[in-house]
Amino acid sequence: MSVAESAIVAAIVFVAALLQVTVFATLDVAGGVADVLLLALLSIALLRGSVVGAAAGFFGGLLVDVMTLDTLGLTALLYSLAGYWAGRYGETTGRDRSHAPLLTVFVATIAIAYAGYGLHFLLGEELSARRALFETLLPTLVLSLALARPVFALCRSALDRPSFGERVTQVKLLG
Amino acid sequence: MSRSVSRNRTARSAVLGLPVRRSAPRPLSSRSSSALRRRIVLGLLVLLALALITASFRESSDGPLHDAQGAVASALQPLEVAVERVARPFRDAYGWTKDLFGARSENEKLKAENELLQQQVIQNESALQQNVQLKRLLVYREGPSFPSDYDGVAAEVIARPASAFEQEIVVAAGSSDGVRVNAAVVTADGFVGTVTKVTSGAARVRLLTDESSAVSSVDLRTRASGVVVHGQSGDSLVLDRVSKKEVVHVGDEIVTAGWRANGLASLYPKGITIGRVSFVGGLSTDLWQQVLIESDVDFPALDSVFVLVPRRPQPELP
Repeated sequence: MSVAESAIVAAIVFVAALLQVTVFATLDVAGGVADVLLLALLSIALLRGSVVGAAAGFFGGLLVDVMTLDTLGLTALLYSLAGYWAGRYGETTGRDRSHAPLLTVFVATIAIAYAGYGLHFLLGEELSARRALFETLLPTLVLSLALARPVFALCRSALDRPSFGERVTQVKLLG
Repeated sequence: MSRSVSRNRTARSAVLGLPVRRSAPRPLSSRSSSALRRRIVLGLLVLLALALITASFRESSDGPLHDAQGAVASALQPLEVAVERVARPFRDAYGWTKDLFGARSENEKLKAENELLQQQVIQNESALQQNVQLKRLLVYREGPSFPSDYDGVAAEVIARPASAFEQEIVVAAGSSDGVRVNAAVVTADGFVGTVTKVTSGAARVRLLTDESSAVSSVDLRTRASGVVVHGQSGDSLVLDRVSKKEVVHVGDEIVTAGWRANGLASLYPKGITIGRVSFVGGLSTDLWQQVLIESDVDFPALDSVFVLVPRRPQPELP
């Protein structure tokens, strides 16, 4: 991955994390909140592979931990694993499949909800399992699935843009 | 003529005529090294995250990691504020729409809650009234006017007549409680009726206001005797067959006559209040006096009653 592409990935992750913390976290629908950062990094992972996915997940999660003054590394761990898994899925069976974004969002949202609850429980934080795993999970899942394709399309359009070196300046007709 | 394109050139480079070669298929060693690199990166990230969690969790709030977190958060704060300000109108619009839907659903919820509370209020009032009635019944049972040879089986009224023509009720006490056919039914206000049918857990009671009811009664003050029957209208009662020689005054208390002779006893114990005389009169051609009685019993609103059960078995009438 080129430096320019890395910068685009970093920009996407930063903007998504910022929007997630400041805007989307407050827009709850039926108790659920869309995780735009997760959607963005899953899209990046599908498009650019497991290593980029894991790194984007780690730094995006760390950014969220910093901005929300949460335990450092908690979201980073979850998102890096989610990014890695989505990247591996994209590299193997999910490549070029139209349902890949929806499937990764579906699996990752549920897995992160349960793993996140487990981690918070291990850290001794009191959480309502009913609320975290049942009441809010379904609306969150529906919202995330609804936004999965638009976010994926945005990320693809940003990442698949040809770089300056590859831009067409001359066209030679064949024949 | 088109130029031939070598196999190891990409389609784009072929079109553009660029001398870029397609990368050759990776050998196995390269693929395994890529997998190793991938795993190393993931392992490092996971280890780093775990280390951060551990350090952040164990460290005090004024530790270096928290300081660094605070510093970065402070640095990002202007950006957050800016984004928040830009997003505020949209968020307000969303909140307004959401509140609108929320208000509608809340309105329905409050209506349902209101109905529930109204039902509870009605139930409470009903329970209060029942409590007052039961207390009165208790006082009556413990009082001197309660027939001494009888036990009072307290019973709730569980069914009322389906039509105005039937003056009968069903009470929640039956043969298993000792209730028998023809047993007298009373309240603290007076005589109510007699049992006409008994099952193990319930009994049907014919009210005094029924057209087929007749109770031999006496004026408590003057001992003028007669038979209390149903009057011409509604719940009115008449003391019938009172001789013109006998004296009855308005306001006199009428009670059940009752009798006991040669080991036999009447169906009703004596001395149970039936009502008070509200009118005395009659034409000179009438054989009997016209005596109207007003009962204190609120027949349409009966909730609980006493069924009188004799303490000693009553001898059967021949």
